[in-house]
Amino acid sequence: MLRLPWFDYRAPRTVAEAAKILAGEGPQAMLIAGGTDLLPNMKRRHQTPKVLVSLRGISSLKGISNGSAVNFGSGLSLTEIVQHGKTPVALRQAAAQVATPHLRNVGTLGGNLCLDTRCTYYNQNYEWRQAIDFCLKKDGDTCWVATASKRCVAVSSTDTAPALIALGASVVLVSSSGSREVKLEDLYRNDGIEYLSRKPDEVLTEVKIPSGWKSTYWKLRRRGSFDFPILGVAVALKMQGDVIEGARVALGAAASRPFLVDKAGEYLKGKKLTDDVIAEACAMIASRAKPMDNTDMDLYWRKEVADDFAGYALRELRGDDMRETRLRIARYAV
Amino acid sequence: MNKKHLEVVGKPRRRVDARAKVTGALRFADDLSLPRMLHCKLLRSPHPHAMVVSIDTAKAERHPGVHLVLTKKDFPVPFGIMPVAVDEFPLTDHARHVGDPVAAVVAMDEQTADFALGLLEVKYEKLKTISDPEEALNSPEPRIHEYGEQGNIHRNQSYEFGDVDEALAKSDHVFEDLFFYQGNTHLPMEQQATLANLEGDGKLLVTSSTQNPHYLHRQLARVLQIPEARIRVIATPNGGGFGGKCDPANHEMVVAKAALVLGRPVKIGLTREEVFYQHRGRHPVLMKMRTGVTKDGKLPAMHLQTLLDGGGYGSHGPASTFYTGVLTPVTYELPRFKFEACRTFTNKPACGPKRGHGTPQPRFGQEVQLDKIAEKLRMDPAELRLGMVTKANSLTANWLNVGSTALVQCINEVVARSDWKNKFGKMKEGRGVGLACSTYMCGAGLPIYWNKLPHSGVQLLLDRSGQVTVYCGATEIGQGSDDVLATIVAEVLGIDTGLVRCVTGDTGITPVDLGSYSSRVTIMMGNAAVQAAERVRAQLADAVAEKLEVLPDHLIFSGGKVFHPANADGISFREAVEMAEGKFGTIGAVGSYSPPRPPGRYKGSGVGPSPAYSFSACVVEVEVDPNTGWIEVPKIWIAHDIGRTLNPVLARGQVIGGVYMGLSEALMEEQAFRRLPEKLSSALVHKMPSMLEYKSLTALDMPDVDVALIEDPDPNCPFGAKEVGQGPLLPVMPALANAIFDAVGVRVDEIPVTPDKVLRALELKSKGLTPRVGPDHFPSVPYPEPVYVITPEEGGDGKESKKEERKRASAAVV
Repeated sequence: MLRLPWFDYRAPRTVAEAAKILAGEGPQAMLIAGGTDLLPNMKRRHQTPKVLVSLRGISSLKGISNGSAVNFGSGLSLTEIVQHGKTPVALRQAAAQVATPHLRNVGTLGGNLCLDTRCTYYNQNYEWRQAIDFCLKKDGDTCWVATASKRCVAVSSTDTAPALIALGASVVLVSSSGSREVKLEDLYRNDGIEYLSRKPDEVLTEVKIPSGWKSTYWKLRRRGSFDFPILGVAVALKMQGDVIEGARVALGAAASRPFLVDKAGEYLKGKKLTDDVIAEACAMIASRAKPMDNTDMDLYWRKEVADDFAGYALRELRGDDMRETRLRIARYAV
Repeated sequence: MNKKHLEVVGKPRRRVDARAKVTGALRFADDLSLPRMLHCKLLRSPHPHAMVVSIDTAKAERHPGVHLVLTKKDFPVPFGIMPVAVDEFPLTDHARHVGDPVAAVVAMDEQTADFALGLLEVKYEKLKTISDPEEALNSPEPRIHEYGEQGNIHRNQSYEFGDVDEALAKSDHVFEDLFFYQGNTHLPMEQQATLANLEGDGKLLVTSSTQNPHYLHRQLARVLQIPEARIRVIATPNGGGFGGKCDPANHEMVVAKAALVLGRPVKIGLTREEVFYQHRGRHPVLMKMRTGVTKDGKLPAMHLQTLLDGGGYGSHGPASTFYTGVLTPVTYELPRFKFEACRTFTNKPACGPKRGHGTPQPRFGQEVQLDKIAEKLRMDPAELRLGMVTKANSLTANWLNVGSTALVQCINEVVARSDWKNKFGKMKEGRGVGLACSTYMCGAGLPIYWNKLPHSGVQLLLDRSGQVTVYCGATEIGQGSDDVLATIVAEVLGIDTGLVRCVTGDTGITPVDLGSYSSRVTIMMGNAAVQAAERVRAQLADAVAEKLEVLPDHLIFSGGKVFHPANADGISFREAVEMAEGKFGTIGAVGSYSPPRPPGRYKGSGVGPSPAYSFSACVVEVEVDPNTGWIEVPKIWIAHDIGRTLNPVLARGQVIGGVYMGLSEALMEEQAFRRLPEKLSSALVHKMPSMLEYKSLTALDMPDVDVALIEDPDPNCPFGAKEVGQGPLLPVMPALANAIFDAVGVRVDEIPVTPDKVLRALELKSKGLTPRVGPDHFPSVPYPEPVYVITPEEGGDGKESKKEERKRASAAVV
């Protein structure tokens, strides 16, 4: 079997303690918050941290509070997120479609938000990567997806992030020198390597989700059972009767970061979800989906179906019965 | 004997090894551990094609915990599963693909061995890389192997059974189609593992997850240059094989050698990525089919050309090459048949046998072509097929004996169950059904190496306790062969399977069985078991008859008793054994089985014959989203001509498993490779050697499968039971492709059928172009002059004919 590299393991009991360890160890330490992505990556030598700082034993990260916003601790498992009654629809649908039940029992919300970017040239064993003389993201000089690119184009593959971005969520980052709150969309950078604006000594402790939004998440992947997204469409609407008062559309797995499609959001404001409005919005959304040939399925096909998926999301929010389509694509009720 | 009803055969039962499997008590190869055991890791080439110039092993050898480093020089003798393709060294100095092993480290633990691999300094000289058959045809140099037909052509052959050109010229229509079937791999849950050690008597014991301990045994003796009698191979129960564990493998040779050198147990377990490199899976095959058709829907002739991508080694390739054609005339009447096949070497992991071995590819082609023919002739595809199925006990154009067939019943069954008549061509846009049929062998008529010995042997040992121990070299790979063995022995002796203990897959103590491949075990092992059990029963009957003062022939063995019809009390089976032991001494018997001699006499006629053939028919229903090409399969109906069902629970499991694997191949599986821009890199790598990214269906993705087992006992098979392990996979892929056409009117003439291909074809359709996605050309292949054989129907004798005879024969037919 593939073996893990050697590492030291630290198990702090508080966020402050974790932040202190991170500050002391510097960038050679990494947080582990479930490890369903990190440990396989370590076996393939994507990451070889000297120290792993586990967040598992920090009970404050398991908290849920609710007032004008729902606040989820980053250490809640994805299963706990799915099962909680206050979880907004888009987040529940996104979390319910991450990996498999076993992995959702272990993987956490914070872990999924900080998920490493993915690429077919990167998510391979060390020996495989050696056979292509490595790539820009790790140990090499060339981006094999776009050989002229100076930037790594590995794709953001988190499901929960686009859902939470559409919902207008923000996250709390705590370090030994204090804490800050950032809008979730600002946590991400469009760079396959430096894909987070989180500093190495910061712990993502909490996710704050404003309430009052009607939301949905549609995930494109080959199999309903367990695949990373090759497109994620999240839409959140604030309705006044049947008129849209506020709209936020986010795409996942279409770039190195999940991002807001502002133009579509602006366009939808003040409108009713007629077929024409939906078609126009879908075209705007689809035009922002510029996938690269670095994940599963045919690239042109993925681009081709982006407007269909945007349409599923908007029609579902309009109240169309999308259950059959949903079941065909997700393969189980989400 | 004389029993009115079968008591064990046909009854749904828990399989004999079920308890161990569900409780985790079963020991797979990787579960094994011995005191003082060392661990082995292989260093694999990062280059697709390279010579190893030198390996500096000094640093690795000096590393603490390292016991041994092995390289090519430790293995002067090559091996290979087929005598005509002995082309592999356990460790090579000529790497033919990324992942080809060049060195091995044996160390105190796996971690240390893995680390020490990095201390080996290997100098490679890179060679030009060949990535596909067309490139192989165009690049005779550099040669991937020194042997073969020419350049990088490994096998090249041509057979003509009757004058095909003449028959095509006389046909009302000639359909010419190109098809492509992408390669795919077995993906067993269990990754291969092997443990080698010296037993107390100094003999070498190799315990391995192999399907074929007998062939491994022979190849070990060859590579290690020690007598077979000093080697024992135990095949552990495999966690799935599907053909991937048929070839003797490098890692098995390497740990065997290491155990001999070190005198300590040495174990290796492959990673999932290494399993992808060991491969031996489905060949990618490009096919060209020119088929003559009469206006009433008969096929006077077919000219089939195939081009196989063999990968870096021979493996079972010579047989695979034959199998891309030879079974084609068994399913439907085809009075004349020309078959040309070429297998090339490429710098990729070697292809070999995977469930259906070489036959799913042409079956896909023919079944889709039949769908096109039916459309053109405005015939129902089921009716078209019913009008051309082969007759029982007929001889095909290429001299195969069809034997028993229930294909007509199979077709009628799936047509009725799926409500075909009300669905085909009648469902709303986007929804459709497709039908296809298939044939498979019940065991290869010839062994892999030439010999006239039995293909399977069974030995029975009984004693006064009433227990029955049955020994056989067959290997339990999850298919249920131990249960088949116990069932047959129990049925003959009139006892419960609980009294039977199976000892299998151990060359040290069990009689030879050639292995778990070619769907041969139930038939061959089963027939041997019937013979052995009947011999034991005769001994028991003699002893009991003497006691009861009746004729032995009148005794009935049933329900754990032996009795005379006049007095059902009789005596218990245990007492019967005791009486026999008293009369004859220790009770035991052996049985063995050799398949009947096939009727073909021409060179090459040895591939294809079988004691019996199974037949299947399948209907797949699909729903296609015309906007995205998304494919949903709500239900599959399949009927399989099984001859006789030994254990319906297992048989249904095999059918559903075959459908699962077929559907997964049909929809997504691809053993695909990636070549980087040649200006920047010489890399040629497997696209996705991982369980996550090599896409295959999961249980959640499976549709409902309706299984009909059609029973028409075959006289050559034990209790009439035919194979069920491979046949039911074959019709699924073409039935899916045909259903797509019924749903949205587009043809995808290649496997896998993916949403992007469907959408591309739909776009062509909307533009008024030919709505087809598939291969667009067949390269020029230098096929040889055909071996010409006059067909049975035209008065041939089964031998190759000279040209003059050929002329005379065709003149006579005219």
